[in-house]
Amino acid sequence: MITLTEAPFDPGALLGDFSRGRTETGAIASFTGLARAEEGAAQILELEAYPGFTEARIGEIAEEARARFSLDDFLVLHRVGKIAPGEAIVFVATAARHRRAAFEACDFLMDYLKSKAPFWKKSHGPDGARWIEPTSQDHADLGRWEKESS
Amino acid sequence: MAKVLLFGRLSDVAGWREREVAGATVGALRARLAAEDADLGEALAAPGVQVAVDQAIVRGDPALASGAEVAFLPPMSGG
Repeated sequence: MITLTEAPFDPGALLGDFSRGRTETGAIASFTGLARAEEGAAQILELEAYPGFTEARIGEIAEEARARFSLDDFLVLHRVGKIAPGEAIVFVATAARHRRAAFEACDFLMDYLKSKAPFWKKSHGPDGARWIEPTSQDHADLGRWEKESS
Repeated sequence: MAKVLLFGRLSDVAGWREREVAGATVGALRARLAAEDADLGEALAAPGVQVAVDQAIVRGDPALASGAEVAFLPPMSGG
């Protein structure tokens, strides 16, 4: 399931709910991303999405992950709007029969979400606001998966 | 009329996020927006700006049905 939310969320509760009631899943991996304060340079992070479009594009990649890693299930929750340092921005959980697939699918989804997902990101700091473009490290991280698939 | 949506820095440049704009094609919309606001015209033509019609990415200069939703998307930054 793919969800965008303006409200803060509790990653522990999400993981508990995601894990419950599974009898064939042997492995669940999860990742929680938090907003960093950047030593005071970023006071508030603002994320804009294109409702409908953003969920659909993430859903396509999640279905790719489901097929590639034979996932039993996945959950992606992403904040939009204004996010304070220390709050969770993103939560990804993957369920598979074995641990390697769960770890790799979680890593794969995060590399996509951090570099290419349809979000526009603005940092509000003491010197005003600025739009943030993806870093070359984000693109290099995504490139790992392209090489392996060719 | 098409419903035009601007995202990211494009809405900062324009000072609006959503507007009805007349235009029979994506190119006609761009031309009208650029004629009204040269800064926005330049921002829309910047490298990496993609266009979605009714939530699907398009290229070139497709014709627009009445009431189409046309979104201009600056380079996506990820979350």
